[in-house]
Amino acid sequence: MNNNTTVDARGLSCPQPVILTLNAIKKMNDGEIIILVDTETSQENVCRAGKSQGWETAEVQPEGDAYRIILRKEI
Amino acid sequence: MLVGIESSDDAAVYKINEDVALIQTLDFFTPVVDDPYTFGQIAAANALSDVYAMGGEPFLALNIVCFPDCLDPLILSEILRGGQDKVTEAGAVLAGGHSVSDDEPKYGLSVSGFVNPLRIMTNNRAKPGDVLILTKPLGVGIINTAIKAGIASETASREAILSMTSLNRIGKEATQDINGVHSITDITGFGLLGHAIEMAEGSNVTFRIKSNDIPYIASAEEYANMGLIPAGAYKNRDFFIGRAFISDQIPVFLRDILFDPQTSGGLLISVAKEDSQQVLDNLINSPVAYACIGEVEVFSEKYVIVE
Repeated sequence: MNNNTTVDARGLSCPQPVILTLNAIKKMNDGEIIILVDTETSQENVCRAGKSQGWETAEVQPEGDAYRIILRKEI
Repeated sequence: MLVGIESSDDAAVYKINEDVALIQTLDFFTPVVDDPYTFGQIAAANALSDVYAMGGEPFLALNIVCFPDCLDPLILSEILRGGQDKVTEAGAVLAGGHSVSDDEPKYGLSVSGFVNPLRIMTNNRAKPGDVLILTKPLGVGIINTAIKAGIASETASREAILSMTSLNRIGKEATQDINGVHSITDITGFGLLGHAIEMAEGSNVTFRIKSNDIPYIASAEEYANMGLIPAGAYKNRDFFIGRAFISDQIPVFLRDILFDPQTSGGLLISVAKEDSQQVLDNLINSPVAYACIGEVEVFSEKYVIVE
């Protein structure tokens, strides 16, 4: 099963990207969450939010003016 | 002019005669909490703090108000009531002010205070051998972010609000007439580390801070780990990190707390060791956590060492 979801948090300032990430995590037991953010603050905060819930940061890729973060959790 | 723009103090000090100097300061900002009365109290306590940090006594304040036409005027009167109550508590007089129409509410005060010219406390006279005392807990920037996210517990919100609305008068009075008090600053937007670096740099000394002794609001640890960290904390870290050494042993959340911008934060007092217990004894009635957090040494490599 391909368990993944995408959260577009571009244009939002903290703590909104963190709230959206935590909400997405609540709906998933495992899999991959792709989060798009456009500030470094949001990027660091989203990675921490994931870590606090047991989701590892699999990838952070600069994408134009934004960052594409992949959080992953495997059971 | 005794203290002007050349130092990184927040207030200007002008000598009127041999016995009296005028402290002039202003500060205002956008709401940090939803409740207008609480916001008014916080903004006023924050503005009054600059006078206390200079060792002075506030005597006159004017409101600075920006307020949208579309909002209920009752909200504004609550903000002003909060400000009035804090100014009254400070023993000063609130004598009007000025308001402009603006998209986002903003509130603060212009405050005038008096100080004996020989008793002015600046942030650049810490001396090796001094002890550093912090008069309020850290972490309110992180708690405020958690409040905005709707995640903060009631206890955490209450603790942060108590800290932000507490006047720094208690810290200032704790240092009054103690000759060993050399230097004071208040902890605001640059966080503990930013203001500590400014103070150490201005004094050409090194502050050795013991991370285990730093008081902070307990929930800040949980919220920092969740990524509820204000952008200002990262900005402070990037700006100040080169002038500090932070031991690898210090957990990430505590680093965040060190750089967390404080709203209406406490005083950082540099006092000779032999007089430090007197200052701590004088703080005994403080409603918030305070602690001795480190020592001042002869300058060595970095302005602040956190271990």
